[in-house]
Amino acid sequence: MEETEKELAVDATLDNLVAVLGFVESEAEKAGCPKKETKQLAVAIEELYVNVASYAYMPATGICIVKLQTGVESDTGGWIRILLKDHGKKFNPLLQEPPDISLSADDRPVGGLGILMVKELVDRLEYMYENGENILSVEKHWQ
Amino acid sequence: MEMTVNKNGAELTMKLSGRLDTLAAPSMTEKLDELLADGVSKFVLDMGDCDYVASSGLRAIISAQKKMNSLQGTMIVKNVIGDVMEVFDMTGFSDILTFE
Repeated sequence: MEETEKELAVDATLDNLVAVLGFVESEAEKAGCPKKETKQLAVAIEELYVNVASYAYMPATGICIVKLQTGVESDTGGWIRILLKDHGKKFNPLLQEPPDISLSADDRPVGGLGILMVKELVDRLEYMYENGENILSVEKHWQ
Repeated sequence: MEMTVNKNGAELTMKLSGRLDTLAAPSMTEKLDELLADGVSKFVLDMGDCDYVASSGLRAIISAQKKMNSLQGTMIVKNVIGDVMEVFDMTGFSDILTFE
């Protein structure tokens, strides 16, 4: 089966969110990912990238590498896998305590929803720490 | 994202166009902090042209809801499109917001 692999390296800053999402969305589109799934993937990558940009290197800055692989599964079906890598502080965002989403507006803390959304929006989500790098792997499939 | 604001007496309407993402959410909160405190008893958030909401956007929305609750006013969210409603569903926001 046909597979492609591309990579983008950016300074992990909030300003580069637009560049990261532009890369992810245009590659997803090229791979045939439908609009709805592309947007879900973009929201998921936004959440994970913003975490890296906000915390990984604080108070300094560093590089975030976005590695993107796509593949074909059938006439219309396919998949995309995105690895977000940084060599900042070791941190597994997937271990965060999930927020209680049954609370009323007044009782709810305003944050903590990002990772919950990522888990819902993608088909596979993994964290690894290898050779001093935090690696988040996200996978999305379509029919 | 574009925010169009219309104030009619004690009723404030904000229409969002584009993406309510991490870059846009702080300016929405900032704008609402200023506008809602100025005698607003009903706040209408029109999301008909908003097709993308990140968690930072949800934060801005819940902050507005909390603010309206503290002002003993009402907040209505209207014209929400399907993809955005899915995000509200998965985060429990469908239960705490009032839709029209």
